[in-house]
Amino acid sequence: MIAALVLKRLGLGLLTLLVVSLLIFFAVELLPGDLAQAVLGQAATEETVAAMREQLGLDRPAPARYLDWLGGVLTGDLGTSLLSGERVSTAISQRLLNTLFLASYAAIIAVPFAVILGVFVALYRNSIFDRVANVATLVSISSPEFFLGYVLILFLSVKTGAFPAIATLRGDMSLIDLLYRTFLPALTLVLVVTAHMMRMTRAAIINLLASPYIEMARLKGMPPWKVIVKHALPNAWAPIINVIALNLAYLVTGVVLVEVVFVYPGIGQLLVDAVAKRDFPVVQACCLIFAATFILLNLAADIGSILTNPRLRHPK
Amino acid sequence: MAARDEVLLTIENLRIEGLSGEDWTEIVHGVDLTLHKGEVMGLIGESGAGKSTIGLAAMGFARDGCRISGGRVTFDGIDLTAAAPAELRGLRGTRIAYVAQSAAASFNPAHKIIDQHTETPVHYGIEDRETARKDAMELYAQLRLPNPEEIGFRYPHQVSGGQLQRAMTAMAMACRPDLIIFDEPTTALDVTTQIEVLAAIRDIVDQFNTAAIYITHDLAVVAQMADTIKVLLKGTEVEEAPTEQMLSNPAEDYTKSLWAVRSFERPIKQRPTDTEPLLSIKGIDAAYGPVKVLDDVSFDIHPGMTVAVVGESGSGKSTTARCVTGLLPPTKGEIWMDGAALPARYQDRSRDQLRQAQMIYQMADTALNPKVRISEIIGRPARFYSGLKGADLTRRVDELLELIELEPDAYRDRLPGELSGGQKQRIGIARALAAEPRFIICDEVTSALDQLVAEGILRLLGRLQDELGLAYMFITHDLATVRAIADEVVVMQHGRVVEQGPKDDMFRPPHHSYTDLLLSSVPEMDPNWLTELLKARSAAGASEAATI
Repeated sequence: MIAALVLKRLGLGLLTLLVVSLLIFFAVELLPGDLAQAVLGQAATEETVAAMREQLGLDRPAPARYLDWLGGVLTGDLGTSLLSGERVSTAISQRLLNTLFLASYAAIIAVPFAVILGVFVALYRNSIFDRVANVATLVSISSPEFFLGYVLILFLSVKTGAFPAIATLRGDMSLIDLLYRTFLPALTLVLVVTAHMMRMTRAAIINLLASPYIEMARLKGMPPWKVIVKHALPNAWAPIINVIALNLAYLVTGVVLVEVVFVYPGIGQLLVDAVAKRDFPVVQACCLIFAATFILLNLAADIGSILTNPRLRHPK
Repeated sequence: MAARDEVLLTIENLRIEGLSGEDWTEIVHGVDLTLHKGEVMGLIGESGAGKSTIGLAAMGFARDGCRISGGRVTFDGIDLTAAAPAELRGLRGTRIAYVAQSAAASFNPAHKIIDQHTETPVHYGIEDRETARKDAMELYAQLRLPNPEEIGFRYPHQVSGGQLQRAMTAMAMACRPDLIIFDEPTTALDVTTQIEVLAAIRDIVDQFNTAAIYITHDLAVVAQMADTIKVLLKGTEVEEAPTEQMLSNPAEDYTKSLWAVRSFERPIKQRPTDTEPLLSIKGIDAAYGPVKVLDDVSFDIHPGMTVAVVGESGSGKSTTARCVTGLLPPTKGEIWMDGAALPARYQDRSRDQLRQAQMIYQMADTALNPKVRISEIIGRPARFYSGLKGADLTRRVDELLELIELEPDAYRDRLPGELSGGQKQRIGIARALAAEPRFIICDEVTSALDQLVAEGILRLLGRLQDELGLAYMFITHDLATVRAIADEVVVMQHGRVVEQGPKDDMFRPPHHSYTDLLLSSVPEMDPNWLTELLKARSAAGASEAATI
């Protein structure tokens, strides 16, 4: 039953991706100007611009170009960068790996930290600890991430010199070295995403505390931590998992500012550069990857919700 | 079942406060209670009497928003009101256990039944997991659960309500406690299932000589279970006496009034031979998606008559009502009113057709919009169907309020939240009457109400029927209600009509075997009723039929 559901969701996900690809393509079309104008500048004559368009194939009608592009994507060919002439897949792959590395790094710290913290604040709800944790995470989520980044650089790099302020990567670095060099951007991201997940964990658990089975657990003599961890948490996963998925998606797609602050060569920077230069194939490929990330993570969240629901896992 | 000499639990001058808004108000006003080892005491009373609150206080527990503000609860020499939280936890589940009203809601949906059973003994190191599991299976067998070796490994949603309630009793027994609090353990069950659970609880309490506090609002049930009965009213004790004496010779007026409710009965009306049926259900089938829930249901309702539709949950009573109102178009068959077929969907019916059939719901709490004033709740149908407005509308609203015996000036401008349960149900009735219908569907309208309040509603419905010539389709699972008000009875099971006819015929043998099962399962006030019934059933070999 679950397999059928997953297949159905995957199919729907692909359909969504198709619609998104349409939106991306025509939204990019709406951007004023194109590569020919961007490269040749204000002074270019109509003729030179037209000649370059013809050379790049930009003079063909948009639907035809969309179909070409879509056909390429379906056969695994993302096209070539208009700017560098490089294959888009080559241009993107290293950047994407960097972004995924940073996202995983942040997620591996943030998700367990947020959920455990959420359990603790639910256990000691309305105590000083609860309030301090809530205020601290709210402050971190309310501050812009570039600000957080600079604050961390100021204290952990400039003043103490504990961590490097710029996260430059080289191919021959060891994993330890990589983790050390990217610690500050990862920490910034952890601070940004923790609050959301922690507060949802807390709310989802507290929401269940009025349930008769929680009262039953208390009347069976279970200590408070066991009531929370064993009786409330297993029933609270669905909303928590959804918020985790949302934050993971953010870690992949929303980290441009952090990348800029730490000069980190991720996909977000690539996208911003490509938009500025009207390098449409790269823009489209990046957007498509972002959309696929969202769809896949939401699918994973749905499957996770099902797997944690005994009613769906063990039908009558 | 005789009371033993040694005192197990004493409650002295217990006072409990509840938080209402900002203030603490006292809800239990100095109750005393003494329970001996192995004794079963029944606590009865209407809602708001403080039964559950007192039961929980016997475990040293107060719900959120409640606190024990005075008095002393002493369990086996330990003062529970002064005990530290850890000490209280050590007693709960091991020496004092709790069985909740709804086992379906009180079992954690995320864990297997047996894991919840073994949790307490394993946590407190009384037994290791294996021993505790074996013991659980033995208890399941003693409580006559099917497949005792296997049933514990299911999740709560995979087990029926009656079985879950027995599994919860087994769970309470896990550490062989000295005292079990049973908080309305059979209220949510059908009568036929209730019998099995009652018998199982009684046997096991007897066998382990466990003392129990049995909380219920059902006198006949408590008569089967308790050695002594304590009657409570609004947080104070009315009286306490041994069961036999309490049943045969109650001392207080309030107790007598509780007893008297059970004998309320309206004179039966004969179906007029010359009239056409007002409503005629002709061979309808209905389904929710692929699941067929009604199978060839047919019956007639004549003007001014009350037809009770009875059956257990899932028998298709409410679905039939949904078909009649057009909320659920039948897949086969027709519904006729006044000699003409009604369109299947309510969207296709004329305003006059809609007006003729009105509905009153079980949960008046959720059936009334909490943000709308009474005058508007009643006024809207009057405006919609009769086009009244201005002074005429106000006059009509007042008239309807008087009809349901509520003072118009005092109630017109209130919100539903400012009314009691019985008053809300009266507003539900007035709203139905506002359309000036000839036919009203009453869907379990008294199930959520206390007996005295329910009786008031039944008397009101009876009076309205006499004055306005209304016909009722009265859906209920409660045979006492049927006995009180029905003219004709339709018995349903698994989406089919198994028997129908005038009430007197239905309550007189011979009946269909299912009707017989239903009728014989209704608890009676005789304390020996359960014992006799079980004897008779096992003698007749009918016990299989009762094992649901």
